[in-house]
Amino acid sequence: MKALCWFGKHDVRVENVADPTILNSRDAIVKITSTAICGSDLHLYNGYIPTMEPGDILGHEFMGEVVEVGASITNLKVGDRVVVPFTIACGNCFYCKRELWSCCDNSNPKPEIAETLYGYTGSALFGYTHMMGGFAGGQAEYVRVPFADVGPLKIPDHLADDQVLFLSDIFPTGYMAAENCNIHPGDTVAIWGAGPVGQFAVKSAFMFGAEQVVLIDHYHDRLELARSENENLITINFDEEEVYDRLLELTGGRGPDSCIDAVGLESHGSTPDAILDYAKAATYLATDRPHALRQAIYCCRKGGTVSVPGVYGGFLDKFNFGAAFGKGLTFKMGQTNMHKYMPRLLGEIEAGKIDPSFVISHRLKLSEAPIAYERFNAEKNSWRKVVLSPN
Amino acid sequence: MRHTETHENSLTTFLTDTNQNVNPVERAVSSIAGGALLAYGLKQRGIGGALLSILGGGMLLRGATGHCHVYDALGVDTTETERRSPFRKSSLLTGKVHVTKAMTINKSQAELYEFWRNFENLPIIMRHLESVSKTDEKISHWRAKAPLGQTVEWDAELTSDVPNEKIGWRSLEGAFIPNSGVVEFLPTIERGTEVKVTLTYEAPGGKLGEWIAWAFGEEPSIQVAQDLRRFKSLMETGLIMKVEGQPSGREPLEKAMTAKA
Repeated sequence: MKALCWFGKHDVRVENVADPTILNSRDAIVKITSTAICGSDLHLYNGYIPTMEPGDILGHEFMGEVVEVGASITNLKVGDRVVVPFTIACGNCFYCKRELWSCCDNSNPKPEIAETLYGYTGSALFGYTHMMGGFAGGQAEYVRVPFADVGPLKIPDHLADDQVLFLSDIFPTGYMAAENCNIHPGDTVAIWGAGPVGQFAVKSAFMFGAEQVVLIDHYHDRLELARSENENLITINFDEEEVYDRLLELTGGRGPDSCIDAVGLESHGSTPDAILDYAKAATYLATDRPHALRQAIYCCRKGGTVSVPGVYGGFLDKFNFGAAFGKGLTFKMGQTNMHKYMPRLLGEIEAGKIDPSFVISHRLKLSEAPIAYERFNAEKNSWRKVVLSPN
Repeated sequence: MRHTETHENSLTTFLTDTNQNVNPVERAVSSIAGGALLAYGLKQRGIGGALLSILGGGMLLRGATGHCHVYDALGVDTTETERRSPFRKSSLLTGKVHVTKAMTINKSQAELYEFWRNFENLPIIMRHLESVSKTDEKISHWRAKAPLGQTVEWDAELTSDVPNEKIGWRSLEGAFIPNSGVVEFLPTIERGTEVKVTLTYEAPGGKLGEWIAWAFGEEPSIQVAQDLRRFKSLMETGLIMKVEGQPSGREPLEKAMTAKA
């Protein structure tokens, strides 16, 4: 089959590789019909996340048709249309039983690296480093799905791929980020990052009844899209306005009740701390560039919540923990507990309350994936979300 | 740690019986680096070379004796490695190795006991075992893979058996690596069962043998941790997750297809 393989920083290629096969009795093989490139794939593309190996197949946002099932699979049959969550979870362990699916104990067969770095490993992920399991990803024609009896969500025929594809990661991720804010009537939620996760966080914050939602970025087109999608949304372009001052003005001097960092470890910015972060990351003195997170902590009101759906991988430098302590902030973060949210959000899509396809900016063929990565990485203003079709 | 058993040889005595405050790994590193520095320093001319030689010589001596005057002055003692790893102690060349590992498994004590009590099951979770077969109610025969492609075999007897709580075993006379083990199944409140394994064995080559084994990827505490993880996975999910055999762009398609066929 054809698959998009990672060979190094800024080097991804479509290669002919072997077809995946059933390796465990709870596996299924899915023929991909749509697969997307995630902003977090760019962290791999830019070489920020360790433990990738040349030849690894990328991709963790995908859906398709079941073509083969393992001996223990009874809930799926050949021909079923499914969306697959990007986290792999067993459904049996202490964490899965408590709906902390992204903390699954049993899905990562190579936990030693994560244990060394983090103390314990989280759940395995598709196409996202050997530290997180070394599972082949879904930017390919076919993919092997482990624990297929608990992960894949069946999709009714009347919904198009574009409407449900983002149930695989970014819609639930934005939704959990908003849920983690524990939104109350009258709340203001500020969201850093107008990428797809930020876009879904905006919609979700309104769903949870936020009084005021503020989106912060410097990509004009992305802010414009969010405004056109959400009538009452306020946006701040940080190249043009002082974020802190504007947020205080919008909240009568209190600051936002909760702040969402939907940016993660490759934060942009032009303040001295952001420029220092560039230098340190470039010289391997720090791995992550947490400018957005610092600003979110700084701007958040006393006793407020900072929710982090943006991906972090390693070490943060000049982290304003004193501000977090001094204001008694609550932090909520982590990979999304996908399995908990997918059925609920499919319900929202079926009821016509949201059509996630609005984030798509480009549709290309799988064979054009290397160009898509290059452009998506270089032109963030207009390249917002790329969907690849293997056929 | 401070005293080894042999005192006959004066060199051995000199190397082991002085007031040591440098741990063995550090000693080896210090000796090698010191020796290299000394050799390099002697080749150089001038005061720089002389200083390097003195520094190198000092490091070499520190490595050889295991005593460091700087550490002495600072009150530092790095020989007390037990502090880092409370469950593993052995002398440099001989002695017993203890490994203790625990894993919480989301299954009842009875289910876990049941699996383990049937020793024939153990090779499924313990990759270094080839087979275990029952000789009679108390005696079983064990076959294991050893480093460098060797096989070792021994007989073991049951030393304790408390249903759902504890199983103990011990190798019989004549085992190449005399060993014993205990596995305990401890209840928790709504967290499954804590499975605690304690292994003791006479390692060939003691600490040195452990390092060599570690270099070959067969370090016992890592092995026990991996065995327990496989046990957990098998009991909780019914399978041991595989990733070998997945496609990748690492080998050309033709080769991958041949391998599959």
